[in-house]
Amino acid sequence: MLTILFDGIAYGMVLFVLACGLSITLGLMNFVNLAHGVFAMVGGYVTAILMNRLGVPFLLTLPFAFLVPALLGLVLERTLYQRLYTRNHLDQVLFTIGLVFMAIAAVDYVMGSQPQLIQLPTWLRGRVDVFGVQIGLYRSFIIAVCGVLVVALQLILTRTRFGSQLRAAVDDPRVARGLGINTALVFAVTFAFGSGLAGLGGALGAEILGLDPTFPLKFLIYFMIVVTVGGTSSLTGPFFASLLLGIADVAGKYYVPSLGAFVIYTVMIVVLVFRPQGLFVKAR
Amino acid sequence: MQGTPIDTATRHLAETSRWKPLECAFWLVAFGAIWLLPSHHLILNEIIITALFAMSLDLILGYAGIASLGHAAFFGFGAYFAGIFAILVIGDPLTGLVLAMLASGALGFITSFLVLRGVDLARLMVTLGVALVLGEIANKMTWLTGGADGLQGVMMGPVLGLFEFDLYGRTAYVYSLVVTFLLFLLARRIVVSPFGLSLRTIRDNPLRARAIGIPVNRRLIAVYTLAAAYAGAAGALLAQTTQFVSLDVIALHRSADVLLMLVIGGTGYLYGGFAGAIVFKVLQDVISNWTPQYWTFWIGLILVILVLIGRERMNHQAAVLWARLRGKPEPRPRTIVGGH
Repeated sequence: MLTILFDGIAYGMVLFVLACGLSITLGLMNFVNLAHGVFAMVGGYVTAILMNRLGVPFLLTLPFAFLVPALLGLVLERTLYQRLYTRNHLDQVLFTIGLVFMAIAAVDYVMGSQPQLIQLPTWLRGRVDVFGVQIGLYRSFIIAVCGVLVVALQLILTRTRFGSQLRAAVDDPRVARGLGINTALVFAVTFAFGSGLAGLGGALGAEILGLDPTFPLKFLIYFMIVVTVGGTSSLTGPFFASLLLGIADVAGKYYVPSLGAFVIYTVMIVVLVFRPQGLFVKAR
Repeated sequence: MQGTPIDTATRHLAETSRWKPLECAFWLVAFGAIWLLPSHHLILNEIIITALFAMSLDLILGYAGIASLGHAAFFGFGAYFAGIFAILVIGDPLTGLVLAMLASGALGFITSFLVLRGVDLARLMVTLGVALVLGEIANKMTWLTGGADGLQGVMMGPVLGLFEFDLYGRTAYVYSLVVTFLLFLLARRIVVSPFGLSLRTIRDNPLRARAIGIPVNRRLIAVYTLAAAYAGAAGALLAQTTQFVSLDVIALHRSADVLLMLVIGGTGYLYGGFAGAIVFKVLQDVISNWTPQYWTFWIGLILVILVLIGRERMNHQAAVLWARLRGKPEPRPRTIVGGH
């Protein structure tokens, strides 16, 4: 029972790291980026390639799993995405779905369609017994890493100069520009950072979520649930939404496997209908 | 010929609702294909069904401005309904078709309340969610739908008790074409009716529409229901003519594909779905012959390029070109469809 709770929390943490970039682009920049999962997939594949082909240790691959998608995100943002900020949501949806299709076929072409396996280092494998609860070492590692990330993100957004610039640029881009804030730069950096986080999440979660070319489509709906249920005005909303989703999904698969993903989809629709602005947001 | 503004408006409306030569030509070709292209009936059948599906999306996206990421929900529901109906009750195609339309329409009516609650992004997500939930139900209710194996053993009786479905798809194509044509006539009548005009008003400016006394929500519910019934009809046609239903009918990529077709063909004039379906199916055929496994890459690329060029601008340019060829004044650019 507690083991399920623990696994659920670890799963939710990974989901949060995966989805928080999306909650920033969607919530703060009002851009529907259905291709967010692509960056996560890239991160996962970077780790898989570095470990399986070049023999780099797992921990050392993580910075690359962050940097490569971040760079990719930066390039795409500068060349393509920024043209679409002002377009309507339908255009953004079509555009990013197109990117997802391209990415899936491209990864399939380069890497093959089989799932990628990641061999964890020995010190992260196995479980320990703490007060009668079975706790997976890797799950604890994930919770620790993601916990630190969550706190760091929240601090960056609320306490640093960059965080306040970002919030200002989102609230009113014109006034922010007038005050001398380089909004284009702020958006680009934010986008790249979000993509990098997704990549990191993809690398960390590869062992739990699985990694194959259909990853962006398979988990797209999870990201969207996190963002829509959590609301997009802060990071705490998506954080609790991810935990809830993670626990509900793990517990649901364990106790009522016949219902499958049915429960979480229904929850999403109900929340969207009754609280379109998200579950954890005060109604305006 | 000068008249009061009302005369001018009436004349303008009558003109837009009149049949154009090109329209007649299109349907003549479509019916002519029954005799002219006997070896392509299977693919033609697929195209006309997809076109009907795309047209149903055009009804809500092009005329009412409701963007949907889960329109395949109704297509799939109609397909499963028709398939299961044929197995459990009776194999008569027309009965199955009508009932599938009614059932999909009912489903559309119920879900329209969910869809209309939100705006824009929430709408997209709700439509997507509805399709996912239905897909999940179809996947899990193996005893009824066959789950991942698909619904097998659909046996269809002859159409009208006269025409058996044959191996070459001739009956299938004629059947789908006639049904599509009749539904098209109805849709064409509806979009030029006062009801259709009020939908366009809602699409262009919901606030003003409400201010001049149009019951916005009721109109949107009505058109959403209608579009759901149309999509259900397309699904039922597919189930009946292929005598097989798989989870594929309700998958996310089908919703995305139909959106892509409509974007290729252009929204808001009913023929966009037809043009898009033809282009899409031919492209799919060509590309998957060339590179069977990776054809989604090229579809994705087309989508990206279409959006970057700007679909409104492209449609407008096509309209300008068309007007120049006909020697008529250039049309004004239309306002953006969908979103906001």
